[in-house]
Amino acid sequence: MKPSEAVVTARGISKTFGKGGVTALQDIELDVGRGEFISLIGPSGCGKSTLLRVIGDLVDPTSGEIRVNGKSARQARLDRDYGIVFQSAVLYDWRTVAKNIALPLELMGFNRAERAARVQELLSLVELDGFEKHYPWQLSGGMQQRVSIARALSFTPALLLMDEPFGALDEMTRERMNDELLRIWTEIRSTVIFVTHSITEAVYLSTRVVVMSPRPGRITSVLPIDLEQPRTRETREDPRFFELVTEVREALHAGGADDVVEEPEVVE
Amino acid sequence: MSTLAHPASGRRNTQRVRKWGPAAIVFGIGMALWQWVLPALGVERYLLPPLSDVLQAFWDNRSELVRGGWITFKEALGGFVLGCSLAFGFALVLARWRPLGSALMPYMIAANAVPIVAFAPITNAWFGTLSPWSKVVIAAVLCFFPVLVNTLRGLTSLRPESLELMRSYAAPQRVVFARARIPNSLPFVFSALKIASVLAMIGAVVGDYFGGSTEALGVQIVSSVSLAQYETAWAAILVASLIGIAFYAAVALAERLVVGWHPSIRAGVD
Repeated sequence: MKPSEAVVTARGISKTFGKGGVTALQDIELDVGRGEFISLIGPSGCGKSTLLRVIGDLVDPTSGEIRVNGKSARQARLDRDYGIVFQSAVLYDWRTVAKNIALPLELMGFNRAERAARVQELLSLVELDGFEKHYPWQLSGGMQQRVSIARALSFTPALLLMDEPFGALDEMTRERMNDELLRIWTEIRSTVIFVTHSITEAVYLSTRVVVMSPRPGRITSVLPIDLEQPRTRETREDPRFFELVTEVREALHAGGADDVVEEPEVVE
Repeated sequence: MSTLAHPASGRRNTQRVRKWGPAAIVFGIGMALWQWVLPALGVERYLLPPLSDVLQAFWDNRSELVRGGWITFKEALGGFVLGCSLAFGFALVLARWRPLGSALMPYMIAANAVPIVAFAPITNAWFGTLSPWSKVVIAAVLCFFPVLVNTLRGLTSLRPESLELMRSYAAPQRVVFARARIPNSLPFVFSALKIASVLAMIGAVVGDYFGGSTEALGVQIVSSVSLAQYETAWAAILVASLIGIAFYAAVALAERLVVGWHPSIRAGVD
């Protein structure tokens, strides 16, 4: 991969919380190319959310260097190079759907007409036409998360960071949201870094799956996913899909996922 | 359309009766007890005069009572505005510079527990017995602490992701406050303002007790009692209560208009 094509480059990233505390990340090396869909998967405490936050300059690494779009992570954040989606939708209760989606546009100085036009485009992209005047509490969990995705995409960032965005949804909704996300990804052609602890979700969505293990949080293997694009309902029944799911599962177990006692993800 | 509207509005009326009916019945029983049962039980006039005598006293002294109510209300309102705005501004500063907040908060909470009306005679010494400012300051100090503590809680109780989101937009602190912290604080602020409206009225009336313009409501209560005009004292207390309720209701209405998006308000709207 040519350096110019790398959206994210991580070199020797480590993160320790507190004095002599938990090593959340140790010697992370990762290159993410333009247009890739990368999943970070691993058990709780493996540092996958922390790594995502280091890329987004929301958490400072203790050591190592991280480049985003060829700049420091801090500069990339200041240039608003990425959009972020969290596990919960994190909508502002006092804003309507339209105003939640337009929040980053407001901060970036787009005028009212530009914002309104962009909100309409995004509402149809996430299939929520007609919901612009609703308040967050009037929407289901899946709909709220679609609003949050629309908000992240509103200023067309080249990079989308997603921290277990569908973790709180039921299995049926999650599968539908997976299909929608892939459709959106195909349409806008941005790079996605996606944190999950669902093996099938990681395999179904990704071009590469990055397997992480805890104590200390590190990358144990990177598996290319060679399933055909675009992925459809048939993909989920493809024998190759099951082979890859098995590969990822074995990689997780080899990395010591079995020894893990459930504990909350280490986030600052 | 109109044929459809009638059953709907009829249903709404039924709901209204269901909602308010029990309270209205309790009100009626309370008034009847006051008027007939207490005198029949031999409760003396100086303990609690019958309702009709209190209403008569109100009617006879209506112009003095209304004027006195207005004076005391202005003291309460002045204290409310002064105390609440200072508290809100202070909360913004403490939320912006957290070390300052951690340094001062224990004292704020301790000061909140001080019986502030105990200072009423002192403020008279500071501002002069006849000055309305001595009452305004008591009301303001009473309002200050609950508004400060609640606003600060509202400004700082955002989910971490809400702030991470703002950070991802490289939003400066001014924007974080304007778009996230202050809107988030409003439900807390209004809960505190409702408490403060009641406290402001208490502060103003108690301030009057230690002296003030002879027209002020609190002064009228004290002088009526000393002249054994219990009916007039009770009529003045009634006026003070009505003002307090109206004040509270006005703040509650403002709350409904400003933070209508909040779950606690939505629950109240049908």
